[in-house]
Amino acid sequence: MNLWIAIIGMGIITYAIRLVLLLLLERVQLPAVVQRSLAYVPTAVLSAIVFPILLQPNGTLDLSLGNARLLAGLVAAVVAWRSKNVLWTIGIGMIVLWLLQAWLS
Amino acid sequence: MTTPRSELLAGIKAELPIALGVMPSGLIYGVLALAAGIPPAVAQAMSAIVFAGSAQLIGVQLIGAGTVTAVLWFTTAIVNLRHMLYSASLAPHVRTLPARWRWLLAYLLTDEAYAMTILHYQDTQTAATHKHWYFLGAGITLWTCWQSSTAVGIFLGAQVPASWSLDFTLALTFLGLITPSLAKRPHLAAAIAAGLVAVLTNAWPYKLGLMAAALTGILIGMWVEVRA
Repeated sequence: MNLWIAIIGMGIITYAIRLVLLLLLERVQLPAVVQRSLAYVPTAVLSAIVFPILLQPNGTLDLSLGNARLLAGLVAAVVAWRSKNVLWTIGIGMIVLWLLQAWLS
Repeated sequence: MTTPRSELLAGIKAELPIALGVMPSGLIYGVLALAAGIPPAVAQAMSAIVFAGSAQLIGVQLIGAGTVTAVLWFTTAIVNLRHMLYSASLAPHVRTLPARWRWLLAYLLTDEAYAMTILHYQDTQTAATHKHWYFLGAGITLWTCWQSSTAVGIFLGAQVPASWSLDFTLALTFLGLITPSLAKRPHLAAAIAAGLVAVLTNAWPYKLGLMAAALTGILIGMWVEVRA
């Protein structure tokens, strides 16, 4: 019973965080400076998720050539830049990662 | 000309690779939830009720450790605070929709659905009329993949070997999404600043470092934009 309450509480909190601004911003107009800042939310948040995965694969900074995730990520970034295609980026990035892992081990 | 149907299908198609990419996390969540002593039905219900990957993964760890409910709830709020940034950035695009649409889309607002949807909203080349159907398609696709991978993790206890490194598909998907935007200097500056702060604050608890990194990136991006 307590477990159900805990989980339903987690659900209500998560939903409220996602919902409140979608409902309120109908009546409240955001200041122009805040609206401009929102253009940077995807780039900033996604970069903040990606950088540690590439640079700290085991929790500590690893800039060596033995860091397969960093090298595969750099190759994938070049693929993304040239192709602008997410599927190519994933496919080639994973193949490079597997090859490097096989070669390094 | 776009129709609700064409936008829905475009959203599903765009979200599919990234939704397949979260399935390893769903599997791991299912396995971890059982390991934490949560009954299978409750573990599956949690995926539907909470529907937030990192909050669920941290949540089962806390539940397994016997953490008091107040701390569990506080942690959930902190870990999911970034979704408030997402809804603020989507709000101008959905403000004219009926409230029932916004109640539904809020439930489907995850990192992965946001990433695809905001890029579609910002694409001025396509008509804006039916873009909430794209949002719906992306959200439902992610929801379906998350629920089914959770179920597989729970009931089969199946575990993809860690050596496959399928978790890396998440990073690759995000790389594929942000790299083309880096042609603009303020975005490049925002990405580098956010990334470096995220690396420096990686050890902070409850994903607080992620919030600090995102806010730094946003501020640096705006600063470069003003100076240019």
